[in-house]
Amino acid sequence: MKGADVTPMVEVTDLAVAFREAGHTTTVLDGLSLRVARDEVVCLLGPSGCGKSTLLRCLAGLRAPDRGEVRLRGEPVAGVPDGLGVVFQDYGRSLLPWSTVARNVDFGLPADLDRATRRARTAQALEAVGLADAAARRPGQLSGGMQQRVAIARALARRPDLLLMDEPFASVDALTRADLEDLLLRVRREYAMTVVLVTHDIDESIYLSDRVVVLSPRPAAVVADLAVDLGGDRDQITTRESHAFVHLRARAASLLRDGSDAPEPAQDTV
Amino acid sequence: MAAVERRGGGVGVTGARSPLVRWGVFALALVVWELAARAAGSAFFPPPSAIAAAGWALWFSGPAVLTEGAWADVLPSVGRVLAGWAVSGVIGIAVGLLLGRSRRATEYLAPLLAFARALPPPVLIPVFLVLFAAGTPMQLATIVFGTVWPVLLATAAGARDVDPVTIDTAEVYGVAGLRRLRRVILPASAPRIVAGLRVSLSLALILMVVSELVASTNGLGHQLVVAQRSFDFTAMWAAIVLLGAVGYALNAALLGVERRALGWTTAGG
Repeated sequence: MKGADVTPMVEVTDLAVAFREAGHTTTVLDGLSLRVARDEVVCLLGPSGCGKSTLLRCLAGLRAPDRGEVRLRGEPVAGVPDGLGVVFQDYGRSLLPWSTVARNVDFGLPADLDRATRRARTAQALEAVGLADAAARRPGQLSGGMQQRVAIARALARRPDLLLMDEPFASVDALTRADLEDLLLRVRREYAMTVVLVTHDIDESIYLSDRVVVLSPRPAAVVADLAVDLGGDRDQITTRESHAFVHLRARAASLLRDGSDAPEPAQDTV
Repeated sequence: MAAVERRGGGVGVTGARSPLVRWGVFALALVVWELAARAAGSAFFPPPSAIAAAGWALWFSGPAVLTEGAWADVLPSVGRVLAGWAVSGVIGIAVGLLLGRSRRATEYLAPLLAFARALPPPVLIPVFLVLFAAGTPMQLATIVFGTVWPVLLATAAGARDVDPVTIDTAEVYGVAGLRRLRRVILPASAPRIVAGLRVSLSLALILMVVSELVASTNGLGHQLVVAQRSFDFTAMWAAIVLLGAVGYALNAALLGVERRALGWTTAGG
């Protein structure tokens, strides 16, 4: 994934974060380093509570690291950077229940845009996630999957070059989840952007990404960096049955379990 | 809140929710009162029909519906309640937002607020009588001082408890300052603010009466004292009933506004 522009979109160097409360310190990240190229989709795969959400918060500028550095487009992160879209797991808490769907999407737009542009971008983003008809409704009147679509539309309306997603599909049912995964693959092709997605779901991490970064239990460190060569056209059924997918899943599972890589499978099994 | 409770009603309460049944009980209570008062025949407890007639003569039989007495008593009282309550609302919401969103402000001001709030407002009437002119200024000061706390504390709690994920979202999308206040903090705190405003409204009514009992030349509280001192117990009761009716009407109006403004809190179901 080397383009003409070699500056990585995301560059994390020796990141360390510790939480201190009631006189006792929990080290969440300790010396983590990571690079994400432009237009790459990278999934951070790690066990629950390993610190991957904290890592994402550092990328979003919502938390200052205790040590180390985060650079976006070569610039050190201090505060929330521009051109960022973020989708949180908890759409119920991240959407504004008192605002309509359209107002929620509008919320993501920069304050200095004029009214006509805002309206056009909102409509376009809702169209992209298949919610053009729901603009006047309130989040509370929508299903969980639809609410998360609103959150995705809000991020897209901003035209981000970096989309950060924190367990975005963990709170919806399996069918909705598959829909949302395909939605992400589609919008990723339509909007040129880098995506960093945090998940603890092995299948999802492989299905969605160009690269899976496997993290260890807390404090999170990079255990392995798996390239996902499944091409651009993916399908919930055939892709997940493919030899490459199944093999990657076995490797990721093994790496997650005890940090050891699964052996190459016999090549004759198809 | 009432709107929520009403939604949640099961099959068993359907009957009780019908206005006919509710007001039927009210009417029945009136009838019982009427009969009991007539049977007792005490000058201190006139029957409601006599109270209503006295009230009508006092306030509603005048040149253009309202009598001069109504202009002198009812309107100043209602005006003081609304003005005092509005000032409390503005101060309470403004200071409450500041306190709720600033840990430092809370730390500095918390002990002061706790003390000020613990003072029973009527004890300050003598102070306010010295500080402000007798009459409306003193009465407004009493009402404001007594009613500002529920709004202030409810607003502070509401502003402090805005969901951190919602705040993160505002942060990420660069929604800051006044824009964040208008689109996130205020609406998120609105249910608590309105609850505080309702407590304040009933307090404002109480303090209006109390402050009008002292050094006042008009208002319902004043009317109440005058009637009592001149042994006109029917007029005294009429003032009491009218105070109840005013309180009921103000609360009902606020509930109506609340149902419209906070419709989203029940929209999800």
